[in-house]
Order: sequence, then structure tokens, then C-alpha cells
Amino acid sequence: MGEIISVFREEHFNAAHRLNNPSWSDSKNKEVFGKCNLPNYHGHNYILIIKVTGEIDENTGYLIDMKILSDIIKEQILDRFDHKNLNEDVPEFKALNPTAENIAIVVYKLLRPLISELFSLQIRLYETPRNFVEYPAK
Amino acid sequence: MYLTRREHFNAAHKLYNPDWSREQNDVVFGKCANENWHGHNFELFVTVKGSPSAETGFVVDAKLLSKIINTYVIELLDHQNLNMDVDFMKGKICSIENLVYGIWNQLLPNMPAGVSLYKIQLVETPRIFVEYFGE
Repeated sequence: MGEIISVFREEHFNAAHRLNNPSWSDSKNKEVFGKCNLPNYHGHNYILIIKVTGEIDENTGYLIDMKILSDIIKEQILDRFDHKNLNEDVPEFKALNPTAENIAIVVYKLLRPLISELFSLQIRLYETPRNFVEYPAK
Repeated sequence: MYLTRREHFNAAHKLYNPDWSREQNDVVFGKCANENWHGHNFELFVTVKGSPSAETGFVVDAKLLSKIINTYVIELLDHQNLNMDVDFMKGKICSIENLVYGIWNQLLPNMPAGVSLYKIQLVETPRIFVEYFGE
């Protein structure tokens, strides 16, 4: 039996967004979300860290081919989000507030079907150097 | 001696020349021309030159410098759309080259006594940044 290990792939995307609940009044949105609610959008350099955990393949010495993982992340996530407006350009956020929390969950749901069920998957997303989320929570 | 204060702002922008066609903008600016904007966590390093005060040991009070940077730059840029919301960028292509020039002109007349504005470094991503020395 191979050793259990976690591998990490770091990627990034630069995107615009704003936080807004359309069922609330303008004043309530402003009160709750503050500057993040400003109408003309703002943006971030998001850093995405994908963690895959499982048993090392004794034939290759790999847990997973990192080039394949990188290609999956690029096709499923970066091509959708990079240099985009998350509210306007990404269908997953048409009715979902693009907070870091919701972005991480969307990323997880996009990647999970494409990574073997033998591996567990966790997403860490940095919105800024000081604010980051992890999904699923341990 | 040089003293540097680091600040940051999170903003949306796009690179777009209104005198060009959509196609030419896409060829030259690529993804940066997305008409719905994209964004960055920008980092701003403001460097001043001066001599340490015999009374305080400071080149400049860093809290005062931070207040000046926040008043004349960060509050105008943070959580804003740099193309739409910033008066000193109106009519300009919203590259960091033009942005750092605008930031310099905001700070230069507002420097505290005893120091001169030496350099501004503006970081768009970990791989792309500009430096301006006022030349």
C-alpha cells in the first residue's frame, strides 16, 4: 500500500466583482457590505490553492500528475474566472453573491467530478493576503 | 535616507483605447480589455527622502505619511472602478504606468515638511509592477 500524502497546486486569477443581495434595499446592502457593494465593481488578485489527498501510485511515485491537475484547473476555473467580472461574466454567480466563500464552493463543485473519487479535495482561496477561505472545512 | 510606506487598494479596471476598434483592443490588450472589467489587489509603496530628526529619530512620522497617502490616493481608488470612478484617470488608458503618474501628482503637493517624494512603486500582480521617480 502506498503512503498517504497531500499535494497542492497554486494558481491565480484576477477578477472584478461586487457584493450585493438583490432582495435587499440599497441602504441595507450598503450597510452590510460597505465598500464591497460599490456599484462599478472592484477587484482582486485571487490566489487558488487546490489540495488533493490520497495514496501515492507506486508505479509513478505520483499522487496525481500535476500537469493534468493544472490543465483541469485552467479549463474549469481560470478560463471561466480570469480577467472576468464574476457577477456579469460567470453564469454560476448570476444568482449567487460572489463572496470568497461562494467562489470556493463553486470551484469545488466544478473540480470534484473531474478528480478521482479515490482522492479527497480541498480548496483554499485567498481574496486578499489577509482574507482566505477553505472548503470543505476540516 | 529613504523611508517607504506600503499601502494597498482593491480595484476594477480594463485596458481599452476608445479610439480603436473592439478587435484591435482585443489584439493588443488581450484579456485585459474585457469590457465588463477585471480587477486586482494593487500594492503601493511610497518612498520619501529625508534625514532623521534629532528629536524623534524619524525621517517622517509614518502614521502621518499613511494618512496623506490614504487621503489623496487610497480613498479615491480603493474598491473603485479605476476607469469610471477616478477623476485623475478620466481620458487616460488605465494602465499602471498612467496610474502611477496620476498617484505621483496627487502626492507631490501634499508631502509633509522635511521630506521629498522620491519614488512610487505600484504593484499590479506579483509579476508586474512599475516604479516612478518623478522624471
